[in-house]
Amino acid sequence: MTDDEIKALFLRELHRIAPEAELNQIDPAVDLREQIDLDSMDILNLAIAIHEATGVDIPEADYPQMTSLNGCVAYLHSRAG
Amino acid sequence: MADFLMPSLGADMEAGTVLQWLVKPGDAVKRGDIVAVIDTEKATIEVEIFQTGVIQKILVPEGEKVPVGTLLAVLAVDGEVAAAAPEAKPAVRAPIVPAPAAPTPPVAPPIVPQPAREVAAPHRARISPLAMRVAMELKVDLATVKGTGPEGAITKADVERAAKAPPTPAPAPRVAAPIEGPAPAAPPKPVVAPIDRSAAMRKVIAAAMARSKREIPHYYLGNHIDMSKAMGWLQAENLKRPVTERLLYSVLLLKAVALATHEIPEMNGFWIDGAFKPSEAVHVGVAISIRRGGLIAPAIHDVDKKSLGEIMLSLRDLVKRVRAGVLRSSEIADATITVTSLGDNGVESVFGVIYPPQVALVGFGKIVERPWASGAMVGARPVMMASLSGDHRASDGHRGALFLAAIERLLQEPEKL
Repeated sequence: MTDDEIKALFLRELHRIAPEAELNQIDPAVDLREQIDLDSMDILNLAIAIHEATGVDIPEADYPQMTSLNGCVAYLHSRAG
Repeated sequence: MADFLMPSLGADMEAGTVLQWLVKPGDAVKRGDIVAVIDTEKATIEVEIFQTGVIQKILVPEGEKVPVGTLLAVLAVDGEVAAAAPEAKPAVRAPIVPAPAAPTPPVAPPIVPQPAREVAAPHRARISPLAMRVAMELKVDLATVKGTGPEGAITKADVERAAKAPPTPAPAPRVAAPIEGPAPAAPPKPVVAPIDRSAAMRKVIAAAMARSKREIPHYYLGNHIDMSKAMGWLQAENLKRPVTERLLYSVLLLKAVALATHEIPEMNGFWIDGAFKPSEAVHVGVAISIRRGGLIAPAIHDVDKKSLGEIMLSLRDLVKRVRAGVLRSSEIADATITVTSLGDNGVESVFGVIYPPQVALVGFGKIVERPWASGAMVGARPVMMASLSGDHRASDGHRGALFLAAIERLLQEPEKL
């Protein structure tokens, strides 16, 4: 997957999880738990959605690495590579 | 005949707006079918019907706000169907979103004129409940919105775009169809009443919580629970589970609370008309915050009978729908005890306000590493504060203490939950 594809997937799922968030104002470097008040259930749903779309199995211990947009892209690259 | 009334979806609801009918006269419905979408100050609710039969008449049109208890529709129950308005074709289950197709002309002229089309809106575009709610919030007239979703469905984005666009030339007013008998004098009504949901939600929470504190003599108990066994078990369990089936620790808490009510049944049920009515079923209300402000505590049904995996699925589904703002009537109305967990918000203890007519609320704080003495040794353990807000009319502190002790004991054997 390219970076753009990962980003598009991430934002699409984020919209599903937090429909009220203004996605074009998201800072890709900042933790979404602080930025748009995501909780553990939201992070889990994000992990599930990304797993279902990419087939990458994401261990629970790695969730903290994918709580920002940039973090998620970097994480999926490290797992795919 | 049976009446279908505007339901009371919780102690804090006084009125609701009919957003959408998913059935029309002549449709067969069975218990549990979702027949209408109702907007309350707190959420968009898919309302289930509790009787099986055939819809005879719809008395409140879409867009109208009416008090709880108002007759919304009349239903012919089994055996009465023959006497009902003849149908041109066998009733089929209405699609969730009425198709915009024109009504098919009846093969034979019906003997009794059908009131059906008076209320049904055959020309309406497909629209999701979320988009509809946003339209109400932004005061957008849906007749002016062009749908870009599948089959021309109006999406939330379409509504938001329409809200930003300069006002279009006055759209043709949609005249509310007369319900029964001739009422041609009725002035055109706005399709939906504009609602500022956050202010409205604040108001209903204020009313319910003030009522709770006025009527319910609360007592409060707190207990620190060693969570090392529960968290250790959960971690090992999640390693075995694929990402789609992993559990959050709140699922263990919900199950422990549900099972503890079997031991101390005074915590599970309602205080109604000056007496405690215990509930056989254990429907646990889960306080879920709404990110734009406010909260709602829909129920997960029969938590005591569900496996941890099943509770997790229900919880995920519930949180998703709370975030989207669409819930079902049974979830809103019938919690028998409520759990609030503020662990994610980083506080260590919470003493909640009981949601009337329930009689108990269990609070869980954040799990923190703390020194913990056990067997003459002190070690660091994950510790969580569990609290109980109890209704002193229904139970006493002693029973409440036993209840918290039962929750603690159950959490020490997570594999049995």
